[in-house]
Amino acid sequence: MKSDAAHEAPAKAGQVLSGWLSVAIAAGLFAGFWQALGPVGGGEVLRWSRDWVPSAGISLSFLIDGLSLTFALLITGIGALVMLYSTKYLAGHPHFARFFLYLTLFMASMLGLVLADNLITLFVFWELTSITSYLLIGFTHTSAASRRSALQALLVTGAGGLALLAGMILLGDAAGTYELSEIRLMGDAIREHGLYLPILILFLIGAFTKSAQIPFHFWLPNAMAAPTPVSAYLHSATMVKAGVYLMARIHPTLAETDVWLWTLTIAGASTAVFASFMALKQTDLKQVLAYTTLMALGTLTLFLAADVGYAITAAMTFLIVHSLYKAALFLIAGIIDHETGTREVSKLGGLARFMPVTTAAAALAALSMAGFPPFLGFIGKELKYAGALAVQSEPFLVASAVLLANALMLAVAGVVAFKPFWRGQSATPMTPHEAPWRMLAGPVILAALGALLGIMPDLIAVPLVEPGVKAISNAELQPAELKLWAGVNLPLILSGITIAGGVALYLVHERLRDWLQSAGERAPSFDKGWDSLIDQFKAGAAWQTRVLQSGVMRRYVYTIFATLLIAVGGTLVWTGAFGGIPTVPFADLQMKHWAVVALIIAGAAVTTVTNSRIAAITGLGAVGIGVALIFIIFGAPDVAITQLLVETLVVVLFAVAALRLPLMKPEDGFPNRKLDALIATTIGLIVTAILVTVTDGPIDRRLSDFFESASWTEAFGRNIVNVILVDFRALDTFGEIAVVAVAGVAAWALLKGGKEASK
Amino acid sequence: MNSIILRAGARLLVAILLVFSVFMLLRGHNVPGGGFIGGLLGAVGFIVYAISCGTAEAREALRYPPENIALVGLGASLLSGLVSMVFGDDPFTGQWLFLGATEDDKGLPLSTVLIFDIGVYLVVMGAILALVFALEEEV
Repeated sequence: MKSDAAHEAPAKAGQVLSGWLSVAIAAGLFAGFWQALGPVGGGEVLRWSRDWVPSAGISLSFLIDGLSLTFALLITGIGALVMLYSTKYLAGHPHFARFFLYLTLFMASMLGLVLADNLITLFVFWELTSITSYLLIGFTHTSAASRRSALQALLVTGAGGLALLAGMILLGDAAGTYELSEIRLMGDAIREHGLYLPILILFLIGAFTKSAQIPFHFWLPNAMAAPTPVSAYLHSATMVKAGVYLMARIHPTLAETDVWLWTLTIAGASTAVFASFMALKQTDLKQVLAYTTLMALGTLTLFLAADVGYAITAAMTFLIVHSLYKAALFLIAGIIDHETGTREVSKLGGLARFMPVTTAAAALAALSMAGFPPFLGFIGKELKYAGALAVQSEPFLVASAVLLANALMLAVAGVVAFKPFWRGQSATPMTPHEAPWRMLAGPVILAALGALLGIMPDLIAVPLVEPGVKAISNAELQPAELKLWAGVNLPLILSGITIAGGVALYLVHERLRDWLQSAGERAPSFDKGWDSLIDQFKAGAAWQTRVLQSGVMRRYVYTIFATLLIAVGGTLVWTGAFGGIPTVPFADLQMKHWAVVALIIAGAAVTTVTNSRIAAITGLGAVGIGVALIFIIFGAPDVAITQLLVETLVVVLFAVAALRLPLMKPEDGFPNRKLDALIATTIGLIVTAILVTVTDGPIDRRLSDFFESASWTEAFGRNIVNVILVDFRALDTFGEIAVVAVAGVAAWALLKGGKEASK
Repeated sequence: MNSIILRAGARLLVAILLVFSVFMLLRGHNVPGGGFIGGLLGAVGFIVYAISCGTAEAREALRYPPENIALVGLGASLLSGLVSMVFGDDPFTGQWLFLGATEDDKGLPLSTVLIFDIGVYLVVMGAILALVFALEEEV
């Protein structure tokens, strides 16, 4: 696999600044959230709110409780370390500054997502994370594989986002509010509500696509096309956990039903076990880690299914454990890639001699991942077993799934962090050497935290895990204690089995990998299924374009008028709004009225009957002038002037355009003259019927009265039409002139552009 | 079109049309007229010029590319609508200044509404001329 790390080159000052500025922003935010540890640990919930669209119940409201604070600290803390790492990893990259812009935007979106207290606000940030992650996955935009992966991630998570939006609107409708802190108290009412099932399904589609649960998992391994720091940040520690966050956040409202319990259990367990096997199958370090991330996401989903203190505590703890070790390991994979030129496990070996610090960090992170004491991973694993044994669904099955996944994880830890450093000789493209400090800081700090927090779990238990469990369960569940030694109990025995099984699996992992790879070739591939789905979409789009877009003006006009005919005419007949032909007071008509009518009829007749374009255009102009005369007779001079000028311009434009058109021959001019006449006559009759119907009823004069009285007193103008245009409804006018300007510029660009191209 | 009578007549006609278009623009707030009508008239003026003397000469007379004029007009209208926010009103609320106003005379009324209407004038004239000039040159 080709390295995605850039070659070193002297960096520009502005670029360097953009990198350090991003690090400073992330670190500053981390320090800010650190301040909230005290109050949140004391059981407080910090809220901040500001109206956004008050009429729709949408507000920019944010809250910090145990759950969101945990996420916020992970996002900013790991974010700062990843950015520091990237300043070196991408040094000299031509799009260095762009990278940091994307990464910082992503961080801001993710923070907004986890802090939002309003469903719609949350959704906006949810979509922003999809978009920024699209930009980051496709960062190496010259590579077709990168672009495909980016688009795939965007479409999968974007489709899930749409489902989520629908679910949120339904939920907001059912609850009568979009504020999460109010909705969370209405759990019982929502669960009884008729829309509960649709809401749940839509929310879970959103969460499962974002957090890559089977069957939506395939985009995540492909997202490894992103530069390694992005994978470390987005696809292990933060973005993919947005779905998990959503499930945790909505837990008080939607959980505690059998559907929730079983859907999450089955999806989570199958994702975890499937991903663990897939992880063993890979040979690229990043792919191995990507599948272990899937396993972690599956496990988190599995535990959020339940509604018992142990399971939720396990989820909260494992969330932190996983973020720490996974970010560390990804960054280490990046270091190996950067310093040796390859990520293929088969080519790596004996790196411990060359990169001792990296080796130590990898060992610490892997031991936490494998769940050895005294690491935080061990506590996480003990809690997982305790939680699995306590679930309401099938403790035996859940515990077995967790056991299998954990044992496989231990084997994978060996593949990732033991074999490349200690076993055999390296045959790498570059002579390996230790990484610079900026790249080591992240893995070392994160891996050391895994050990430190294992020895002193109270550091996170009180301020993060316990408030987090309370937030997820609405303070109804008692959080379990985080401790290294809980006595000899069933979870400890299961841990022993895990270690024995894991070591055994590691010893046979190469044979297992060969078997998995040959089995994998026969199994259906989700990724290929995705391709054929996209191909079918494209074929469908091509088909409907062929059907609808004939490219013949005449057919478009037919379609438009036929639609008008059916929609408006049908409505008139169906609703019975048409009151019949009114009696015309012929006696009141004056000479001028008859003259105008005669002009219009004559113009229309010439237009339809003539075989000369110029005559047709002139006839049409006569009709227009007749209509303008009507406006004058009935006292609307502004409209009349505009009508006259527009008619003049239309004639001019037609005359200019007519020079470009081929001469009209009578024999091929009108193939469907009878149909044309039928459509035209019917449209004329329908418009007449509408006018008659409208003028028949009483006219609401409230608006006219208002404009008449306010025009001079409030807007200092006597010409009501103009005052409406430029003052009362100026925003509408602005929209209209924007359309005029865009249409003019677009037509100009089309005509000029075509000319340039044909030269 | 190569006609000396048309050319000679056009010069006079164009001048009158352009002055008339500004006249219509300015009077529009109280009597029939306004930016839209003014802009149409201005466009007709330049089209007459273009037909009689050619688009190259008309473009020169216009000085700025018509598509730019349209966009400048759009910007002017937008800005005139945003000015009111500085004074704490909703966007597109008219702001008025009556120069030299006395007890019984309102003086010279200046307003953001007028700037808005001038923007409309420029957009309509610019957009139509952009289209017509391009069409004429195409032929």
